[in-house]
Amino acid sequence: MPTFVRTDKCDGCKGQDKTACMYICPHDLMKLDKDGSETGHAMKAWNQEPEQCWECYACVKICPQQAIECRHYADIVPLGASVQPLRGSESIMWSIKFRNGNMKRFKFPIRTTPDGSIQPYNNKPDAVMDELTDHSTLFTKGTHVCDTSQFSN
Amino acid sequence: MSEYGFGNPEVVEEEVDILMIGGGMAACGCAFEIMRWADAARAQGVDMNIKLVDKAALDRSGAVAQGLSAINTYMGENDPADYVRYVRGDLMGITREDLVYDTGRHVDDSVHHFEEWGLPIWKQPGDEGKALTEGGKPVRSGKWQIMINGESYKWIVAEAAKKALGSDRIQEHVFIVRLLNDKNDPTRIAGAAGFSVRENKVYIYKFKCCLLVCGGAVNVFRPRSVGEGQGRAWYPVWNAGSTYSMAAEAGAELTLMENRFVPARFKDGYGPVGAWFLLFKAKAMNAMGEDYQAKNAHLLAEAGYDGYAEGHKMGTCLRNHLMMHELKEGRGPIFMDTPTALARLAETMTPKEIKHLEAEAWEDFLDMTIAQCGVWAGENIEPDKKMSELMPTEPYLLGSHAGCAGIWCSGPDDIPGTPDHYHWGYNRMTTINGLFTGGDGVGASGHKFSSGSHTEGRIAAKSMVKYVLDNQDFKPELDRSIDDIVAEIYQPVKNFLENRDYTTAIDINPHYITPKMFQFRLQKVMDEYVAGVSTMYQTNKAMLEVAERKLEMLREDSLKLRAKDLHELLRAWENYHRLLAAYAHMKHIQFREESRYPGYYYRADYLAIDEDNWKCFVNSTYDRNTGEWTCKKVKYVQLIKPADDEVKAMQHPGADI
Repeated sequence: MPTFVRTDKCDGCKGQDKTACMYICPHDLMKLDKDGSETGHAMKAWNQEPEQCWECYACVKICPQQAIECRHYADIVPLGASVQPLRGSESIMWSIKFRNGNMKRFKFPIRTTPDGSIQPYNNKPDAVMDELTDHSTLFTKGTHVCDTSQFSN
Repeated sequence: MSEYGFGNPEVVEEEVDILMIGGGMAACGCAFEIMRWADAARAQGVDMNIKLVDKAALDRSGAVAQGLSAINTYMGENDPADYVRYVRGDLMGITREDLVYDTGRHVDDSVHHFEEWGLPIWKQPGDEGKALTEGGKPVRSGKWQIMINGESYKWIVAEAAKKALGSDRIQEHVFIVRLLNDKNDPTRIAGAAGFSVRENKVYIYKFKCCLLVCGGAVNVFRPRSVGEGQGRAWYPVWNAGSTYSMAAEAGAELTLMENRFVPARFKDGYGPVGAWFLLFKAKAMNAMGEDYQAKNAHLLAEAGYDGYAEGHKMGTCLRNHLMMHELKEGRGPIFMDTPTALARLAETMTPKEIKHLEAEAWEDFLDMTIAQCGVWAGENIEPDKKMSELMPTEPYLLGSHAGCAGIWCSGPDDIPGTPDHYHWGYNRMTTINGLFTGGDGVGASGHKFSSGSHTEGRIAAKSMVKYVLDNQDFKPELDRSIDDIVAEIYQPVKNFLENRDYTTAIDINPHYITPKMFQFRLQKVMDEYVAGVSTMYQTNKAMLEVAERKLEMLREDSLKLRAKDLHELLRAWENYHRLLAAYAHMKHIQFREESRYPGYYYRADYLAIDEDNWKCFVNSTYDRNTGEWTCKKVKYVQLIKPADDEVKAMQHPGADI
């Protein structure tokens, strides 16, 4: 699975033209059913091709309503388990429910800097045009030390 | 002209200097590097138009979309020459050592930037909070791997790329499906065409050069799963072979397309085993509890593979080979003994440390293969209590992991001993002028992984800036008319609209084939005749001849692919790309008359390694007008001295071509 969208939680991203899940899915699986003609649930998203779902959880993690969950591949996995994340700005929390009811919870860091804070060229050198064809360096000049005695010639 | 609609797309034309096609690690690396050089060029009076086009959204596109639990290429205390030795040993000797060395010497700089941007990298006790650049010692899960908290790995790398480019230079949700050669010079690239997966629009770009980085090829073979689980490919299911097929159709030379990767992973979920083997020291065993690697070691000598094995140090395919022998002999399942490994580690640990260890084991999956947790939770498997099955997967075509399929590229000119046929101008340019690649696209140079792919995008960035400076007067002209291109791209839509009312069932119609059935046909042929799982990875000359006939008819039927909506148009073109990548794979396997990569595939009619005749590259070109493939041998040249602790096969200089 495939991921699925809960009818009681999805708000279609409040009628915007594109939903978060639709935007983020790397495989173009999530679709907003604007008039309900495809699912019977107007203005809610759905997974239009569950057998192509990688279970990458990109849609689950990004959904602002936590409306998306995963029912694991039905041709492989016994029913009753769930693996559900809550992704924050610094960490992600996972709740794993086993088929037998056991639970495990984990929290892992995901990022050491605030979201959106990257300034890729702050305090970085300019590129030096004379070094454009010098393959031993990139503009940041962070090349690893090389033991040149290891070459055959 | 009538109103734009599903059958009548609007055409958007744009001319740039440099186009990046793809949004994964290589594209993001290119974006970061190229804008700095573009600034330097502007200071000298040359303004460059640069654009990136991605079929998905940059935050979560490419192979790292889900995240990763390790960075598999980081030199640290090691020398890049040793990295070359590791790669060539793992990939059975035939490696473009110039390309691998080049990636190796630059890769740590990319990793250091990932950390600076916010990627949490595990440190050894006492070094917590100390950056790699400040001497912080990473936690190694192998000589070249370091552990990370990598859920947001791609998110972070994409943020840096987006900031570098600015939103005006990024076009998401447009799928490029065709490269276009120059009207006046067929050996030169001049444009690319594709379509929006959101609106009825065809996009046609003209450019001086482009970076083609659309990943490897997944779901070319029938997967082990039969239903929903088909999406649970080991490599991302959206990697459709677009890199290889578009390059081949543009006339670029491919290399080692016979190579593939068959990962041995936790069964069904395809969760990673690396940390279990290397970090937690778990052992794999057959159904009788035997260490099949030790038990089967003599098999390597029998077929001449022992030159590539030194005790437990052996190529990934050789480890598979020993496992597959057990499965063929009926001694499966293969189990990973996770309880013993965790118990042994726990012997010297406090309860708090054990708790931490358990979290690490789960994080290994949660960071990159969440579905494996789904399998474990669904089957009530807790790794400290119950062993897990391992299984070799269906084959994948790729150039960045433990595989080396891809495009033949020019390398750097400063590695001593580099022969002329390794270098013809621009670093990471293919044999088509102006067509560059990186990551899974660059062949004969595996084991670059995420960090190395990012690095290769950076290397290509410099080369493309140089290319544009050298070709300022070049005005790209497309070798085909816009109408022709649009008609071709939207042919599956036309097939649908013109024929849908012929039958009452939308999917059953003699005038078209759905992308899904087209994929099934391809997968069945590849599985049954080109060494898929159903023949335990075996093929021979006669089977390949059957495969070729069937693939040829599938190629003819590609003109009848249908698209009932834009989503299906995406699938139609992805599966066309898969077909050509698969075709190249089949032709290369046909040509190489030996079993170079046992455990990846076997030529049952040539069941041994043949160093004197086949320790060489196999390169191919495709003529899209005639449909003909031409394969040839290309000489391997050793650039890094063999080391005393290296496998014996490295003493062989390669076949004399």
